Amino acid sequence: MNDHSFTGGQGVAAMACSAELRVAPGTGLRAERALKKYDAIVIGAGHNGLTNAAYLAKSGLRVAVLERNPYIGGATVSRELFPGWTYSNCSYVCSLLRPEIARDLELPRHGLQVVPYGGGVTFKRDGDYYGNYYDHNRQYREMARHSKRDANAYERYATDVMKQTRLIRPYLLRRPPDPTSLKWRDLRDLAGFARSFTEMGEEGLADTLKFWTKSVGDYLDEYFETDVIKAHLGGTGVIGTALGVYSPGTAYVLLHHYMGDVDGNVGSWGFARGGMGAVAGALAKSFQAFGGEIICDADVYQIMVRHGRVRGVALADGTEYHADIVVSNLDPKRTFLDVMDPADLPEDVVRKARNFKIRGSSGKLNIALDGLPTFNGLDQGSPLMLGDMHFTDSLQRLERAYDDWKEGTWSKDPYVDMLIPTQTDPTMAPPGKHMMTVFVQYAPPRINGKDWTDADKAGFEKSVIDQIAAHSPDFRSLILHCETRTPREIEAEVGLTEGNIFQGELTFDQLLFNRPFPGYAQYRGPVRGMYMCGSGTHPGGGVMAAPGANAAREILADLRRPDVVPGAYADD
Amino acid sequence: MTSKSNPAMMLCTPFHSRVAAACELNAWGTWKGYTTPRAYTDVELEYFAIRSTTGVFDLSPMNKYRVTGTDAEAYLNRMVTRDVSKIRLGRVGYTVWCNDAGQVMDDGTIFHLGENDYRVCAFARAIDWMHWSALGFDVEIVDESDEVAALAVQGPTSCAALLAMGLDGLEQLKPFGLMTFPFEGTTLTVSRTGFTGDLGYELWVSPDKAELLWDRLFAAGKPHIIKPFGSDALEMARIEAGFLQAGVDFVPAESAVRNGRSRSPFELGLAWLVDMDKPVFNGRKALLREQAEGSRYRFALLDVDGNKPAQHSFILREGKKVGTVTSAAWCPTAKTNVAFAQLEMPHGKVGEELVAEIYYQRELQWTRVLAPCRVIDAPVFNPARRRATPPGDF
Repeated sequence: MNDHSFTGGQGVAAMACSAELRVAPGTGLRAERALKKYDAIVIGAGHNGLTNAAYLAKSGLRVAVLERNPYIGGATVSRELFPGWTYSNCSYVCSLLRPEIARDLELPRHGLQVVPYGGGVTFKRDGDYYGNYYDHNRQYREMARHSKRDANAYERYATDVMKQTRLIRPYLLRRPPDPTSLKWRDLRDLAGFARSFTEMGEEGLADTLKFWTKSVGDYLDEYFETDVIKAHLGGTGVIGTALGVYSPGTAYVLLHHYMGDVDGNVGSWGFARGGMGAVAGALAKSFQAFGGEIICDADVYQIMVRHGRVRGVALADGTEYHADIVVSNLDPKRTFLDVMDPADLPEDVVRKARNFKIRGSSGKLNIALDGLPTFNGLDQGSPLMLGDMHFTDSLQRLERAYDDWKEGTWSKDPYVDMLIPTQTDPTMAPPGKHMMTVFVQYAPPRINGKDWTDADKAGFEKSVIDQIAAHSPDFRSLILHCETRTPREIEAEVGLTEGNIFQGELTFDQLLFNRPFPGYAQYRGPVRGMYMCGSGTHPGGGVMAAPGANAAREILADLRRPDVVPGAYADD
Repeated sequence: MTSKSNPAMMLCTPFHSRVAAACELNAWGTWKGYTTPRAYTDVELEYFAIRSTTGVFDLSPMNKYRVTGTDAEAYLNRMVTRDVSKIRLGRVGYTVWCNDAGQVMDDGTIFHLGENDYRVCAFARAIDWMHWSALGFDVEIVDESDEVAALAVQGPTSCAALLAMGLDGLEQLKPFGLMTFPFEGTTLTVSRTGFTGDLGYELWVSPDKAELLWDRLFAAGKPHIIKPFGSDALEMARIEAGFLQAGVDFVPAESAVRNGRSRSPFELGLAWLVDMDKPVFNGRKALLREQAEGSRYRFALLDVDGNKPAQHSFILREGKKVGTVTSAAWCPTAKTNVAFAQLEMPHGKVGEELVAEIYYQRELQWTRVLAPCRVIDAPVFNPARRRATPPGDF
């Protein structure tokens, strides 16, 4: 690695004078402050930052991860806010986490266990429901109860979706090829991509384009006639996205939720035992086993740049950490508009960062329950309750929920993705007690153009609890504690701009070689030594760890070090 | 335990009414002439009951032989490779037994239930051979397979679930220990044993109390997330834990037709079960000879690249076949692709790099992959809770 020659005092003086360091308000620069040097610094101890850092450390680099919060995890976090109950405060289910990474970084040995759940149900307003079974023939029977044609069409739908997941899955653990580049590696990757694309045939090709551009509503309308079935399947098309079920591009978001797997079962989802923080915890232990260092309460104020290359980072408290490699796990807006000085950046990057689509659209309730609630029409403890539960029984209601977002307010009749993980995980609440995680779509980043107030937050919370209580007579009386997170809390605590859970919307204009923006989709930033590893890069959001791993591969290639990042398992 | 009317029907275990009610998939298999479930609801979810909460397995069809009499210990000591005198009263020991050629006939457990009172649990039926080898010993051997119903209760919350059922003091029971509890006028025997590699217990009870035991267990276990599991989930768990299955990973010696198809304990990686300090036991001479002359095969645990289970694979070294896989699975908790292999000596030393020739079929097309693999020194799943006493709530 490059040998820095400046000592603490000189270095600080130089930095302070060169105007490369913005001075944080109220923070005086003191000559005697700490100066630490690493080979690489990763900003943000979310799952991608930790994955990236683990691979850099595995390769033998001296790596530090700086985390603003007193705890690690970013949006992959579990906290005990009510004694005896652990919440998965942000992300709450696991499917996309790449098994190649979990195995390679020995995450099971470091305490991670991903446990699949079955079930799933959408309750209807008429007292009936549509339930989901893993077993195909039971699934058929349940669908046929609503529509025999839909039950049969589902087989065609499942095949078509599987074709699309087969196309995309091999690219999750690879950098996206740049079509404008003439480098042999890009040309080779592009040729490979074109080959798998054309192998799908004319029909498959047309389907692919449809999938990447269509609305989830239009897509489902092609297969199904029953409202509740379409609503049950369609919800994932808008999760975390400031679009409605009839907005173009949402079909891909549905695919994004299908392309993961638990132990090879593509499309199935699970819980991290002990909460999603177990993912971050295991990654941290793996990173530390390679000699890595995690520094909490380290609020990065600026990435320091000199003569067109990074020199390290400065914290809000004035502490500096020096490194020739700085990797940002922050979203593209925070990276380029917040912790970097526009003067250090090409003008087009600043403009693209400003235009980057990262709109807040969701909120979350985490609820401690005194017992397992009963739901109208279902036996208590029905296996359908093991999975994702919803109360929105038509795409029309989903679209109306989006109308509220456009109006600048939370959905009065929201779409919720609700789970009770403690039916599967014995570690998150006392025996017989339960924890409920309620993801809520939609919640805008601002209410009618103004910041969220506590009264707004209470109103948001009420609309969710009212909806659940309308289907569960004992729900309200079982509530012991509720953590409510609007985009305001998500942004303030996790740092995601507008509280967007994916670090930027998963629309086609922001995917593959366009994520986060054209020319910068291969994890390299516009300044030498600066990289991006968050969900704002390919292949996008969700607790996948692929962006972090892919970024590490590029960094190691630039350093001409051996590739220690695993490739994807052969497709099957 | 017998079928009431038609002797041609497969048998049902004493838990059958409860098992059948829970077996949503109607995925039945058979075990020793009994109708037993391969899966109840979903194999993966059942497997994860074992690894994350509590899973319950009906093991009533297991062969159970009661050995009593003044020579019981001496008799067993001649029969098995381990020193039975070291299995203290109230303890259980895992062991193998061999024929005179030093070839493994079976593996199983010996329960030291009382003074001169033992129970042998065996995979293969052994009553005939046990009687033959009892000549000259003052022992009584009774096949009590049908007189004892049994449930395996396995998983991280299993202790908490059984404590909730009222088995006070169970948390102090050490691995391979035995305890008894009064149960509805009979005795419930609990051993801290199992075939899953996790924290777990086995419950032994009179068949007429079986249904009651099931009901009590599932009622008490509900807050601890208890689920029944079938043989498919058990298969995943035991491979992950590195446990051999008789009839799968070795041919019980007395049922091997072809010469050379049986294996010695050394060839199965079970040398630790052979106590050569014992002056006499079945197969000792042959095993001494094998020690001097070397074994033909070595058992190896393989960590196989990729995610395709190396089922029935040939194992290659520099393109030449050096062995075969007997069991293989993707292990969902350890997130590792594991295979058990029988390798020709001298192959199979820890760290050796080999290749598994794997065939798998997708939509009628077969694909062959040559997956690099390496010999590992220990099973991929071995949690601390399996050994901890008391074991904790989860």
